[in-house]
Amino acid sequence: MAEALLEVRNLSRRFAAVDALKDVNFSVDAGEVHALIGPNGAGKTTFIHHVSGALKPDSGSVHFAGADVTALSMHRRVAAGMARSYQITNVFLGLTAIDNVALAVQGRQDAGSSFRFWKPVRREVALFDEAREYLVQVGLEQRIDTVAGNLAHGEQRALELAMALATRPKMLLLDEPMAGTGPEESARMVELIEHLARHVTILLVEHDMAAVFRLADRISVLVNGQLICTGEPEAVRANGDVRRAYLGDHL
Amino acid sequence: MAFYRPAPYQKPVAIALLLVLAALPFGLAAVDQAFYIGFATRVLIFALAATSLNLVLGFGGMFSLGHAAFFGVGAYTAAICQQAGINEALIAFPLAMIAAGAFALVVGAISLRTRGVYFIMITLAFTQMAYYLAVSARSWGGDDGLPLVGRMTLAGVSLADDTHLYFAAFFGLTVTMLFFGRLADARFGRVIQAIRENETRMEALGYPVFTYRLVCFALGGALAGLAGALLANLTGLASPNLLLWTQSGTLLVMLIIGGVGYLYGGAVGALILLCLEEVLVGFTPHWHIVLGLILLGVVLFAPKGVAALFGKRHG
Repeated sequence: MAEALLEVRNLSRRFAAVDALKDVNFSVDAGEVHALIGPNGAGKTTFIHHVSGALKPDSGSVHFAGADVTALSMHRRVAAGMARSYQITNVFLGLTAIDNVALAVQGRQDAGSSFRFWKPVRREVALFDEAREYLVQVGLEQRIDTVAGNLAHGEQRALELAMALATRPKMLLLDEPMAGTGPEESARMVELIEHLARHVTILLVEHDMAAVFRLADRISVLVNGQLICTGEPEAVRANGDVRRAYLGDHL
Repeated sequence: MAFYRPAPYQKPVAIALLLVLAALPFGLAAVDQAFYIGFATRVLIFALAATSLNLVLGFGGMFSLGHAAFFGVGAYTAAICQQAGINEALIAFPLAMIAAGAFALVVGAISLRTRGVYFIMITLAFTQMAYYLAVSARSWGGDDGLPLVGRMTLAGVSLADDTHLYFAAFFGLTVTMLFFGRLADARFGRVIQAIRENETRMEALGYPVFTYRLVCFALGGALAGLAGALLANLTGLASPNLLLWTQSGTLLVMLIIGGVGYLYGGAVGALILLCLEEVLVGFTPHWHIVLGLILLGVVLFAPKGVAALFGKRHG
């Protein structure tokens, strides 16, 4: 078995009287696509926030690439190789597609300091050459100089992925990448994620069950803040607890 | 707000502007209006101060009500330097920038941990503290402020001549605008504008947001300090009123009239506000009423400021 890239140990978090997460143990192996599913309000978003570093747990720990990152802020986790995309599209609408990705490249530590006050960004050829590659990877090579605000919704989601890739992650944390996309866009996104999965480990949070079962190597199910099941897609589909949580109608 | 991008016509306009400003004191002297050289110097100094606020607010997205504190610290540093026997601006002005920048670093390190209205309140609290400190410091003149016994020298040339001081301010503003324009289009400018637009996203791209904000805030503070040191030379006084939060308000009004987030927003606003004041004061002591109406008009009809009215948006 591959080594765990991400390991979450005994993670708990309370909001007032509500146990948002109860003693969650979870791991993502290097190279796999691991999907996290669960009914609305199960705590998926809270969980993601703890993985990415937006929230800190009451107890438990998060380990990434062999180091305890529980106390690290979000930007340090990104530097360690954990990139995320957002549930709502979160690109800079006033910048062109390539400017968006170049900004992501620029944020990487090996891209040099950003405390540069004199040279115009546009003349930093290396940034833009690299940014172009990521846009090609996500299929936006026709839209390089389009202002992000003028891109179609699905294209913005792809741009978002290109930005995440530009941080050169070990693991991509995709928070509902299909949200709000139509069937065609959705199919393209599945293809794209399949393509990316060959190069990078993916933790996928998604409602679209067809996509999840097509993409995931393993699936974990979160219900009421507890992880009730982790396993290969077929095993999860057959699991009685999971069926009850979903009332049988999705699976 | 859009990201800054230098407009194609920017360079020729800037060069033309430089020539006009360089000729201005001689023109004024030729038509026997040398009195206005002092006024023009004041405009340049406030243009510098409002521009420094533009860096913090317009580009960095930090709504600070404490900017006057750095302005005032610059003025006091100049006066204290002179009191200590340093009469050379080449030493005193950089010291004023360092003192104001360092103070901004401290204020920023504390207040940038908060957001929104709390940030406004904390920066306001810091200016008021600085104000009361200045008022109660006997050795710095207390209420009366700390006077300069005469203007300083710049590289040995006395600034006592109005034209000399004008050129000192002109040089300060020119270098600042050049630096500001380059910065806005360089990596650093990209980063601070992107943080202004979406802080969380930048954090998620791996940027230490707090550090960038703090550096931007301190830079703005240092530039305000330079403006303060120049103003102390112009008026011959480091007054506690410079530290008062209403002074922050004046700089804000200038910036809003001129155009928040536009490269020349601060300079345009300073020019308009000071000219209005100069003209309106001649008609009525209650000129603030007229100013209020004009401000209302700007907000209603040119909500992005006067600089936004020129050509396509490039700021």
